[in-house]
Amino acid sequence: MSLRIVVCVKYVPDATGDRQFTEDLTVNRDDVDGLLSELDEYAVEQALQIAEEADDAEITVLTVGPEDAKDALRKALSMGADKAIHVEDDDLHGSDVMGTSLVLAKAIEKAGYDLVITGMASTDGTMGVLPAILAERLGVPQVTLLSEVKVEDGTVTGRRDGDTASEQLEASLPALVSVTDQSGEARYPSFKGIMAAKKKPVESWDLEELEIEADEVGLEGSWTVVDAAAQRPARTAGTIVKDEGEGGKQLAEFLAGQKFI
Amino acid sequence: MAEVLVYVDHVDGAVRKPTLELLTLARRIGEPVAVALGAGADATAAVLAEHGAVKVLTADAPEFTEYLVVPKVDALQAAYEAVSPAAVLVPSSAEGKEIAARLAVRIGSGIITDAIDLEAGDEGPVATQSAFAASFTTKSRVSKGTPVITVKPNSAPVEAAPAAGAVEALAVTFGALATGTKVTARTARESTGRPELTEAAIVVSGGRGVNGAENFHIIEELADSLGAAVGASRAAVDAGWYPHSNQVGQTGKSVSPQLYIASGISGAIQHRAGMQTSKTIVAINKDAEAPIFDLVDYGVVGDLFAVVPQLTGEIQARKG
Ligand SMILES: Cc1cc2nc3c(=O)[nH]c(=O)nc-3n(C[C@H](O)[C@H](O)[C@H](O)COP(=O)(O)OP(=O)(O)OC[C@H]3O[C@@H](n4cnc5c(N)ncnc54)[C@H](O)[C@@H]3O)c2cc1C
Ligand SMILES: Nc1ncnc2c1ncn2[C@@H]1O[C@H](COP(=O)(O)O)[C@@H](O)[C@H]1O
Repeated sequence: MSLRIVVCVKYVPDATGDRQFTEDLTVNRDDVDGLLSELDEYAVEQALQIAEEADDAEITVLTVGPEDAKDALRKALSMGADKAIHVEDDDLHGSDVMGTSLVLAKAIEKAGYDLVITGMASTDGTMGVLPAILAERLGVPQVTLLSEVKVEDGTVTGRRDGDTASEQLEASLPALVSVTDQSGEARYPSFKGIMAAKKKPVESWDLEELEIEADEVGLEGSWTVVDAAAQRPARTAGTIVKDEGEGGKQLAEFLAGQKFI
Repeated sequence: MAEVLVYVDHVDGAVRKPTLELLTLARRIGEPVAVALGAGADATAAVLAEHGAVKVLTADAPEFTEYLVVPKVDALQAAYEAVSPAAVLVPSSAEGKEIAARLAVRIGSGIITDAIDLEAGDEGPVATQSAFAASFTTKSRVSKGTPVITVKPNSAPVEAAPAAGAVEALAVTFGALATGTKVTARTARESTGRPELTEAAIVVSGGRGVNGAENFHIIEELADSLGAAVGASRAAVDAGWYPHSNQVGQTGKSVSPQLYIASGISGAIQHRAGMQTSKTIVAINKDAEAPIFDLVDYGVVGDLFAVVPQLTGEIQARKG
């Protein structure tokens, strides 16, 4: 029986760009180039490796996002995923993690799955809580923040390096896995992969198709409100000295002046 | 006065500092009721009472250690139902965020993660957060349900505020999902004797410029002369020179110490994301153009192999 893997990938503004908020205090997605979140490349990579080990597997990449988010799906397809689902709807603008997770959960259920794989956090929102919420909504085991993952005989195992301990985890499929950037370098799409991706199917779904009401998502349906966003004042220019043999001592003098010594 | 649930992060009864900071913030909103789970939960009561907990709800069961996250969510939900609090505060550790998130979706509440400050407001608690690698500061609040908020370490002072801290046993029934993810082995991280990275007042970090695991002792010696924690950039971690648990940045720990000293670190946006809110920033880098110098209060352009040992020697000499 085929192993059905759904990978959740997010299209994010480039972190090295000048990221801003828009007037309604949502993330400005127009003025900075977007891309497949680097942290989700690790999720795609692990999906590919799990699929290579399985006799028969199919990888669907799923994104919730604006029109341009298709770029993220294309990248994942060119890495080797089999097909893609793009959930797009004007009413999704401004969704918070509760709204986004609702949409992802409904889409994953509609697509059908044995294993859901996500990144550890998005590089724009950086909450890192969506995987746990998704597991709660889907009612499947959460096997999260893995730096190593393996799927065998309907069981997923992995290593989670936590704050105080490293843990070995085990759960039965269906399950939700999130992987960290320690899980192994993501492959670059090959030329062949890029060409093949152009022919792979990308389905578009809207809210109606997922039986979600407009007021359950978007800015209106959001369970949190951002009241203000302000650019952090630039740090006042510090003192910079060139080491002419006394740099360490000068630094000590500064630290003593600040009462750190 | 409304009660505020505070989830206690502790190791065998020893309460970690971020929880005491949460009690300070909780007192701005209401009366803190602490929830301590697992082995040693009862032993947390004394220190929690000293810092303002009016009540400490405790529960212990093998499920808390044998299965991942969900048993703790079941327990926190039981506490939520018993208390009907005005807000739920949880420390922003990886596990804390997952517990908070699952609780929030269960009780139909909005969630705010990684707050760096919290105040009472007319429409509920107002959280300050950092966005886009700490280049923005936002104010947000939860508009549906009981606010569930996770708070980063070093976001508030620890204050003594003696309260009753009466221990009460919390009755918990585990749901079907509680035993979904089994923890089949656990290796505790070895203690280095240095302060916890996220809690330390001073952090001394090394990057690619340190050029080898065998050179990291230079960074460690500086750290020890200041009683500091040791951090590393991802380049140093990926090269295998220092453990991942010490990585500072977007995919490592986020730190906000009084003093951050970066040696041989260029200051990439993903590194800045984890240290930009430090109060005083110092850097040593041989490249005068390195972006880290945009952040510093004091910078030395020079070879870290000369500057760092000299600094360490000078600190030791001054301390006598
Ligand atoms: C999704 C994602 C997540 C990431 N997460 C993180 C993260 O959590 N943390 C993180 O740190 N990075 C992270 N990175 C990586 C980040 O982009 C940088 O690659 C990394 O921070 C570089 O580390 P570095 O500054 O040590 O190395 P480099 O950028 O190579 O800088 C080394 C510096 O050392 C200086 N130097 C060399 N020799 C000496 C000497 N003898 N004396 C003094 N100075 C010297 C050089 O001038 C240079 O400025 C992430 C990247 C991505 C894409
Ligand atoms: N809009 C989205 N579409 C698809 N996947 C997403 C989306 N937002 C978040 N994710 C997934 O959830 C993970 C954690 O996101 P977050 O909790 O927002 O930091 C990401 O690494 C993605 O795998």
